[in-house]
Amino acid sequence: MPVWELLSVELLTAFLGLGLLVLGLLVPKGQKRGLGYLAALGLVGIAALAFALREAQGVVWEGYIIDPFGTYFKLLFLFAAILTCVSSFEYIGRLGNGEGEYYALIILSTLGMMILASAGELITLYLGLELMTISFCILATYRRGDMKSAEAGIKYIILGALSSAILLYGLSLLYGSTGSTLIKDISLVVNSGGVTPLMVVGMIFLLGGFAFKMAAVPFHMWAPDVYEGAPTPVTAFLSVASKAAAFAAFLRVFFVALGDSHPLWAEVIVALTILSVVVGNLVAIPQKNIKRLLAYSSISQAGYLLLGIVAFSTLGVGAILYHSMLYVFANMGAFMVATVFYNADKSDEIQDYAGLARRSPLLAAVMLFSLLSLAGIPPLAGFVSKFYLFMAVIDQGYIWLAILAVLMSMVSVYYYLQVVKVMYLGDPPPGRPAIEVPLGVQIALACSLAVLFLFGIYPTPLTNYAFSSAAAFFH
Amino acid sequence: MITLNHYLMLGGVLFVIGLFGALAKKNAIAVLMGIELMLNAVNINLAAFNRFLNPDKVVGLVFAIFVIVVAAVEVAVGLAIVINLYRQRLNTSVDEADWLKW
Repeated sequence: MPVWELLSVELLTAFLGLGLLVLGLLVPKGQKRGLGYLAALGLVGIAALAFALREAQGVVWEGYIIDPFGTYFKLLFLFAAILTCVSSFEYIGRLGNGEGEYYALIILSTLGMMILASAGELITLYLGLELMTISFCILATYRRGDMKSAEAGIKYIILGALSSAILLYGLSLLYGSTGSTLIKDISLVVNSGGVTPLMVVGMIFLLGGFAFKMAAVPFHMWAPDVYEGAPTPVTAFLSVASKAAAFAAFLRVFFVALGDSHPLWAEVIVALTILSVVVGNLVAIPQKNIKRLLAYSSISQAGYLLLGIVAFSTLGVGAILYHSMLYVFANMGAFMVATVFYNADKSDEIQDYAGLARRSPLLAAVMLFSLLSLAGIPPLAGFVSKFYLFMAVIDQGYIWLAILAVLMSMVSVYYYLQVVKVMYLGDPPPGRPAIEVPLGVQIALACSLAVLFLFGIYPTPLTNYAFSSAAAFFH
Repeated sequence: MITLNHYLMLGGVLFVIGLFGALAKKNAIAVLMGIELMLNAVNINLAAFNRFLNPDKVVGLVFAIFVIVVAAVEVAVGLAIVINLYRQRLNTSVDEADWLKW
């Protein structure tokens, strides 16, 4: 296959992002809403192309790997970006400035994630990571004049830059101890037993850097603050897509390049998993703000995804792929409801959601089923994906870890249902009108709800796709 | 005779100084300066590895150039965000950015 065809998804994404940047300057004020529609439509087209090319396989200039595994993640990022754009129309339109740049940044950060998921070389990986992180820093600060947004921005840029400096130090040591930046060459050196103390130090730094991007405890401190302060659609995108991108890059570096040194880093991953699952779920209980609650829930989801890495098997990787795809729809559903509610009531506090079921049955229902899917209640898709993750670790003999994760899932049901209780049993504040949901958001909400039910009741097509991608990843 | 170890030690010391600066300083601009020091420590590592292990290829040097470019981008965005914070709070202290907690 020619190079341009292998790279077509990335090239089109870059064109779309840069094109929107230029168009944003040309379109007169008052008509900028069209930019959002253009971004969403363009992303839908690119997603269709990526789906058509899902079996494509090839290596571009040695360091850029196109394979079903990477394309699966690209589809995931594109779905998340489409839902983010759709839920942003109202929200960003009301800010009244910089709409073109907003959609351009969303698309450029998607491009960064795509590069991260396909990188077969350390320099490429670093550039993809920074493209993603820096775009997100700007997006987090997007509500100019809002104290919380400014604070979220400064926290993200400082902690993000710090963590990428640490990751970079790890990359430099990895390069120094193997003499190459290509992942396949590094794996050859590690294969022939060349694990040096220098490389182990590099691995520790790398783990720290990746755990930060995944928001795994104890590298999670930035997440709740940034999630609360950033604009809600950005928070949604940050919580699903940047986490998945970090997992994609982690899998490539640690399973392919450092796969033979697995015993050295396995225990650290187990510790990260336990901490994320326990701390994420327990600290979520007292939260009063819906975005903070979902932030802690996303920390615990990082813990569940880490179970697949603990398993270190095809089943584990397949379960990560499956769970992260469904996590996109469940979490985006919940955040889209939060965005619409904020547009109507200017509040993110859970107590203000009282009586939402009577003001807008659709919003309350989507929130209910998204949260139940995150908690892993059948027949929703979250149940199936968690089941595979737990199966993967039990297969490797970590029964106690699976039991702990199940127990913590039960804790999560408690705090998710507290939100549901407020929505369904609380009385709406007097004089509050019904909430009108824009048509585009209605469609997006219906789609994510349909995905959650469809793959909960009939998961076979998606599991087949996820597990065949995982199998291709190991060859 | 200056060996690879000397360069790595210089890089390590610079990295730790930068990390200390980033963690201990109160002013957001000083924190960004600390992070720059950490990135420069990485550059020293990369250039030294390239020179001593694999002088025929320039992979390490190319890596270092990319790191320099990205560091410039990071500082540009970082300073813009600091100015945005300053406009609202009239200071750039990271200790006082404490609206969001728990």
